[in-house]
Amino acid sequence: MNNIEIPNNKPLLSVKNLKKHFVTKKNFFGHPKEYAYSLNGISFDINKGETLGLVGESGCGKTTAGRTIMGIYKPTAGEVYLHGERLDLSKGPEKRIQMIFQDPYACLNPRMTVGEIISEPLEINHVYDDNKAKLQRVYELLELVGLSREQANRFPHEFSGGQRQRIGIARALAVNPDIIICDEPISALDVSIQAQVVNLMRRLQKELGLTYLFIAHDLAMVKYISDRVAVMYMGAIMELADAEELYRNPLHPYTKSLLAAIPVPDPDIRQDISSIKGEIGTGDMTGCPFAPRCNKASDKCFKEMPAIKNVEGHQIACHSI
Amino acid sequence: MILEINNLSVGFHTYRGDVKAVRGVTFNVDEGEIVGIVGESGCGKSVTAHAVMGLLPEENSFINQGNIKLLGEDITNKSNKEMAKLRGTSMAMIFQDPMTSLNPVLTIGQQMTEGIIKSKGLSKKAAYEEALALLKRVGIPKAEERMKAYPHEFSGGMRQRVMIAMALICRPKLLFADEPTTALDVTIQAQILELLDELRREMKMSIVLVSHDLGVIARICDRVNVMYAGRIVESGPVGEIFHNPQHPYTRGLLNSLPRVDKVDDTELPVIEGHPPDLLYDIKGCSFAPRCGDAMKVCAACRPNNENMGKEHCVECWLPVRDREEGHDE
Repeated sequence: MNNIEIPNNKPLLSVKNLKKHFVTKKNFFGHPKEYAYSLNGISFDINKGETLGLVGESGCGKTTAGRTIMGIYKPTAGEVYLHGERLDLSKGPEKRIQMIFQDPYACLNPRMTVGEIISEPLEINHVYDDNKAKLQRVYELLELVGLSREQANRFPHEFSGGQRQRIGIARALAVNPDIIICDEPISALDVSIQAQVVNLMRRLQKELGLTYLFIAHDLAMVKYISDRVAVMYMGAIMELADAEELYRNPLHPYTKSLLAAIPVPDPDIRQDISSIKGEIGTGDMTGCPFAPRCNKASDKCFKEMPAIKNVEGHQIACHSI
Repeated sequence: MILEINNLSVGFHTYRGDVKAVRGVTFNVDEGEIVGIVGESGCGKSVTAHAVMGLLPEENSFINQGNIKLLGEDITNKSNKEMAKLRGTSMAMIFQDPMTSLNPVLTIGQQMTEGIIKSKGLSKKAAYEEALALLKRVGIPKAEERMKAYPHEFSGGMRQRVMIAMALICRPKLLFADEPTTALDVTIQAQILELLDELRREMKMSIVLVSHDLGVIARICDRVNVMYAGRIVESGPVGEIFHNPQHPYTRGLLNSLPRVDKVDDTELPVIEGHPPDLLYDIKGCSFAPRCGDAMKVCAACRPNNENMGKEHCVECWLPVRDREEGHDE
């Protein structure tokens, strides 16, 4: 794993009890009536140079987590610290946190050239006064992600999905961010192209000392790229541990059944797929969100949300352990 | 033999010219087996399935060679009317996105009974009973209540179950499942795959599973066809394909997948480049430009379909087996 020294042991990014509730229905007077409880207080740290994987099924709040940390959504409660200093998320997105998006077709403006797309964050943040220096930086970034400087004048539709994702990465790198939030960066790509993009991301991490928050539902890929992995379920973190450890020795019942459900590309391993019964619920509950689907659930699980505790090096939220 | 496809080629007229999406595909499906078709987007796997079902868009598609035999009968040139009769009775299909295949303004009960009344000529009451039994069979909880619900009130996994129930109405001999679990979460995906596996045993139904996910294919298929650029480049029993891949493309795909059950920290091996544009004819092997071991002959002539034994066929001038025997010239 990455043995990067952490000065003063201070995490690069620290998320404390972050909550985000969306209003889904308003009453006659325009006051909120119903909420979607997308994030119910998540906390974690990310150290410099590491990759934290955030996994979970659709609707578990992993994308909301990424967007709230960035400042795209205003949090309902909770704090985000960068280098130990509290971020004012009400001011909007923070320059030191950048994002790579899921859909490489939708996230690039079709009317802008690739050069314009990559230089936009430089312009917005007034990084360069000099046009020449700015152009130089764009060329440098293109070459860094494995494209050529001649491609700066082309438009997004002339590129394949994998190449577009490279453009997205170059744009995120433009302002030298401290941390990059990768929101399902490879799930829209073909299998043979996924590996190319993941290798690029790992190479850049080594060369530039980048820190990633890697959000995905592909558990195999998350295991491969992450140093630590957090498993989310309905707006809460269920388990957080070192990647190898989590996959070898999952403790939380949800993590166990989630891992058992992944199809392995090996016909000899046709494991018992009696895995999880039922489906994801609707939130808004007092107890453990996984309790209705859990086979170890007791009365306590339905009444009280379990606190995060430390077991065998895992941070885990479960009453039964 | 349930389905025999012989040298099938399918193309589409586009403003750029004719795209040859499927280029001579041959495979069979036996009774009660699950055959997988795996490949990346644009390799022609869905087009093959649509061609058999007679669901290709009429205005711009054409079958320019080959034939399709369903239960021994040639259905390649059947009219729309005749195909409509076959669909639902002899064969059925489920799709990736169940929401677009269900009518949003009718309840699930209405949609299911409509199909049963039309195809089986049952009374309304008998059709209702039948629909209810099917919904229960595919594992929909509180089926009586759910009969009155609209598609948007169902979750993705439940909608896919409804689609499966509708496909089963006439007990088809053959079911096409086109990426049936791609839009679903892994835990739900496992449930749906399990259901398909149960149903084919129970009803002795054959399934053609189209997917890009090698994990899904490995989990339930008996035989696998690997497609690349409109051709089946390798086919065989699932164990052979996954443990003894002979085509460099199959091998590359398997290697580029990280595994949850193994520890690795090395760089993922990648297949460089991207698939060819299917607008143009390819003289040699379609994979040659991306293949690390391409020889002169690979770019000039298309390799023959060579049988490696155990029903394992591969289209390559230099299958992996021959390489390991030491091939240096």
